[in-house]
Amino acid sequence: MNIDDVPQEGNATLAGVRKAVYARGANNRIVTVASAGWEVEEIVTQQAVDIFSNYAAAARARVKAGESSPLEYWMYARRMDLATFAQSSGIWRWRIRRHFQPARFARLSPTLLDRYAHALGISRHTLVALPRDALI
Amino acid sequence: MNQAELNAAPATPFTHRHAAHCESGSVANLLSHYGRPLSEPMAFGLGSGLSFAYLNFIRIQEMPLIAYRAPPRGIIKGVSASLGIPFQVERFRSPNAGTARLDSLLDQGRVVGLQTSVFWLPYFPEDMRFHFNAHNLVVYGREGDDYLISDPVFEHPVRCPRADLERARFAKGMLEPKGLLYYPKAATQLIGMVPTPDNITRSIRRVARTMLAPVPIVGTRGMRWLARRIARLDPKDAATSRLIGHIVRMQEEIGTGGGGFRFLYAAFLQEAAESGSMPVLAEFSTRLLDIGDEWRAFALAAARMVKGRDAFDPPAIAALFSAQADREAAFFRDLRRALA
Repeated sequence: MNIDDVPQEGNATLAGVRKAVYARGANNRIVTVASAGWEVEEIVTQQAVDIFSNYAAAARARVKAGESSPLEYWMYARRMDLATFAQSSGIWRWRIRRHFQPARFARLSPTLLDRYAHALGISRHTLVALPRDALI
Repeated sequence: MNQAELNAAPATPFTHRHAAHCESGSVANLLSHYGRPLSEPMAFGLGSGLSFAYLNFIRIQEMPLIAYRAPPRGIIKGVSASLGIPFQVERFRSPNAGTARLDSLLDQGRVVGLQTSVFWLPYFPEDMRFHFNAHNLVVYGREGDDYLISDPVFEHPVRCPRADLERARFAKGMLEPKGLLYYPKAATQLIGMVPTPDNITRSIRRVARTMLAPVPIVGTRGMRWLARRIARLDPKDAATSRLIGHIVRMQEEIGTGGGGFRFLYAAFLQEAAESGSMPVLAEFSTRLLDIGDEWRAFALAAARMVKGRDAFDPPAIAALFSAQADREAAFFRDLRRALA
């Protein structure tokens, strides 16, 4: 890639951050160039972001229908899948899955709620309900 | 410099340099600060950073592990071994202990490298915050409640509140950092530690060995295996788009300097050709730039399909991928022969 070919078309997912890429400049020297972004990267990053947004939206609908608990919504809203959530909370997957049942979730102790809330980086108060607007 | 001299030395201002990759950037900036000027490509090359791996049995957020680079921490270890610079490496049981140790090192005027999660760093753009735990950055001071951070993948130094950095250092899950911090040992005489042709040759052979390894999951064989898997994908299945997008993301989006680290490694070969007086490497540098361009062409074709501009054609994508395996296999065979 030559310096002139370094994409500068912008990438919304970078929110203005520029990335260093290596390209061939004068006298064939390879140098770093700050790139404002390439659409290819934007497409694939957006795809990865959307996967979680879609999971969160589906979980949100299930919570509203009384089929799941806010715990599931928050897990996806914080970009975790069950495996990641189990690792970061230190709670087994099957147990988390059980706590996706609204009735069980409603009976959870403050201690356990705090553990979940900490793993998600939100407050206990926030964890027990859906946010008014979708977050991601 | 011994411990006493280091403590007495006036704090030299830290120079931040923008880098493509977090680990090579952090190590290069850290060693440059301590008196051993080192470019990012040289750190990446000495650390044998280039690779390819397709580990289908390791799933991260439902996607197989695909990497165009060596495993995390390999660059630090490789640079340390090649240059003979021992690093002090510390991990901590508790976040409190980790933060206290970081503060005390900074108060001594020490600049330290850290391993962190990306998700918990508030200065990252929202869409880039994923649960990846092997990010590297350099902390060069603190001011009030903020740490002064040189994150090599950012253009300028940034700040991070104390609680957030602690969280990022002690994130749980795969590759968890456990507060990992590192810096060159104080007693080390860094000036004069230059990469020798012998170090360079060895680091390149290491990459060639991995790329040509007789196992199906790494190097060019790993690429061929992944290509075969792509060829069998159902063009109508949503999972196909996810996997293809994931491959492109690992190649382009994750701080690779473009073309899945190939341009960065080409820069290393160029620098090695000149400073290491190994002119034979110059032509390999040019050749690898061309291979990098082919990776970019693959990414473009794949992204157009992900976006729905072109119809999904798994065999066509697979053909591009296995052509890359052929090019790289020939490249590394020739490179190995040239260094024999």
